[in-house]
Amino acid sequence: MKTVYADNAATTALSPEALDAMVDCLKNNYGNASSLHHAGQEAAAVVLEARETIAKALGAGVNEIYFTSGGTEADNWAITNAARLGEKKGKKHIISTTFEHHAVLHTLMKLEKEGFEVTYLDVHEDGYIRLDEFKKAVREDTCLVTIMYANNEIGTVQPIEEIGAFCKEKGVYFHTDAVQAVGHLPINVAEQNIDMLSFSAHKFHGPKGIGVLYCRKGIPLMGFMQGGAQERNKRPGTTNTPAIVATAVALKQCCDKMEENIKYVSGLRDKLIDTILATVPRTRLNGGRSPRLPGNVSFCFEGIEGESLLLHLDLKGICGSSGSACTSGSLDPSHVLLALGLPHEIAHGSLRLSLCEYNTEEEIDYIIEELPKIVSMLRDMSPVWEKIMKGDN
Amino acid sequence: MLYSEKVMDHFSNPRNLGKMDDADGVGEVGNAKCGDIMKIYLKIEDGIIVDVKFNTFGCASAIATSSMATELIKGQPIEKALELSNKAVVEALDGLPPAKIHCSVLAEQAVKAALKDYYTKNGMELDPAIFGSEDCGHCHSCDGGCDGCEG
Repeated sequence: MKTVYADNAATTALSPEALDAMVDCLKNNYGNASSLHHAGQEAAAVVLEARETIAKALGAGVNEIYFTSGGTEADNWAITNAARLGEKKGKKHIISTTFEHHAVLHTLMKLEKEGFEVTYLDVHEDGYIRLDEFKKAVREDTCLVTIMYANNEIGTVQPIEEIGAFCKEKGVYFHTDAVQAVGHLPINVAEQNIDMLSFSAHKFHGPKGIGVLYCRKGIPLMGFMQGGAQERNKRPGTTNTPAIVATAVALKQCCDKMEENIKYVSGLRDKLIDTILATVPRTRLNGGRSPRLPGNVSFCFEGIEGESLLLHLDLKGICGSSGSACTSGSLDPSHVLLALGLPHEIAHGSLRLSLCEYNTEEEIDYIIEELPKIVSMLRDMSPVWEKIMKGDN
Repeated sequence: MLYSEKVMDHFSNPRNLGKMDDADGVGEVGNAKCGDIMKIYLKIEDGIIVDVKFNTFGCASAIATSSMATELIKGQPIEKALELSNKAVVEALDGLPPAKIHCSVLAEQAVKAALKDYYTKNGMELDPAIFGSEDCGHCHSCDGGCDGCEG
């Protein structure tokens, strides 16, 4: 059975070129980048080159890039650091949204327990914050605004540039969790007034276990682990040379072909969305259509439950994900879908298909052929659907 | 793999799936808000469950436990079906992940609810020791996520 991988928001396949770079580095460039001998210095040189590539891709300076173990670490680090800086000045208010990733939400919850106050902006039924509500929320004691660039479940892209400009005007630090956006959307931290930005490589065909925190020069950044002097004394631990090199290769590939990829992937996305909405009744698209991540498709099908749908798709070789309670590992559906104001019973029937430039038109046609059949089969056995249909008559 | 082969088998090829127009007893349990509803239809002749059908809204384990429960009671006398425990359903499926045990509780309750309906329709006395109160055990396993428990 052929695999149709449509879960690229969870993780992506490693690009062949990134893999080659990684293997080559593991084989031939195994020196410790902190060592003074030539083997170490050769490793240090490729790390610097990678750092330059990554900085350039973001419009950042080379000394503003810090490698981490992933997006989660970068989020934790940026938010906690900004909170500590605020605390020193007696500023203990943070602004965020209700549908952030748990790496952000749980960090904020921890800070709340320590006495910080967090305003969670409503993302409304379309998955976008409202700038007027955001501006009203900024206070004298606000030390940080942390708003995700693009949502992982429903793909909506926030007005980052406008948020950045207002934060700059008010002198408040602005962090964005850009895990879903980097490599997929054009980003320039200088132009967009982003002070801190987190991402991980495995969302754009890079390796797992590596992420980046961009932190604007001039913002005091405190380390949170004790150890060696790596990452300019901010983040100890032996430099992960092969992963860093592969990250740069994967990111450059995505940025070089970004315009083309956006056009192609959003074409696949729109075909999938339009066809499914037109052929499957009582289906809704979660999140507004624009601006939306090029690869994000998120539906709720009334009358069925997401995990069953997911596993039936899997039996057909199609990999997707769902925000239903049964797949989230808790008893509630995803907080993102609930943040849109969806009732539990509708949120249980969610399906996310996240595409990338590796997907083909044929794969989309295959999903379009199989998905409605599975939805219909599950609805036929659903007492909830039976009630919905009776209500219709 | 999250589920046993048996669970996947009953999920992908559910037994006794469907509705019944002339059922002698129908039971529906669960709550759409919690993400699972099971409906069981029984055909009873001379105290024997001669046919059973089910419809389920829910995850793979909800579908698999309904399917297994119907298999376990089909052809059985009522008394035997009343003894069906969620544990027996879980064992017959070679186990369920801990978070999915509540699905088996729901399957047991769906069978009991259908039999209760049969008893009521036929003016038979309900033994509270067997049918219990109106309490919905499923919702207790919901850990508070289900505040709309209608039993």
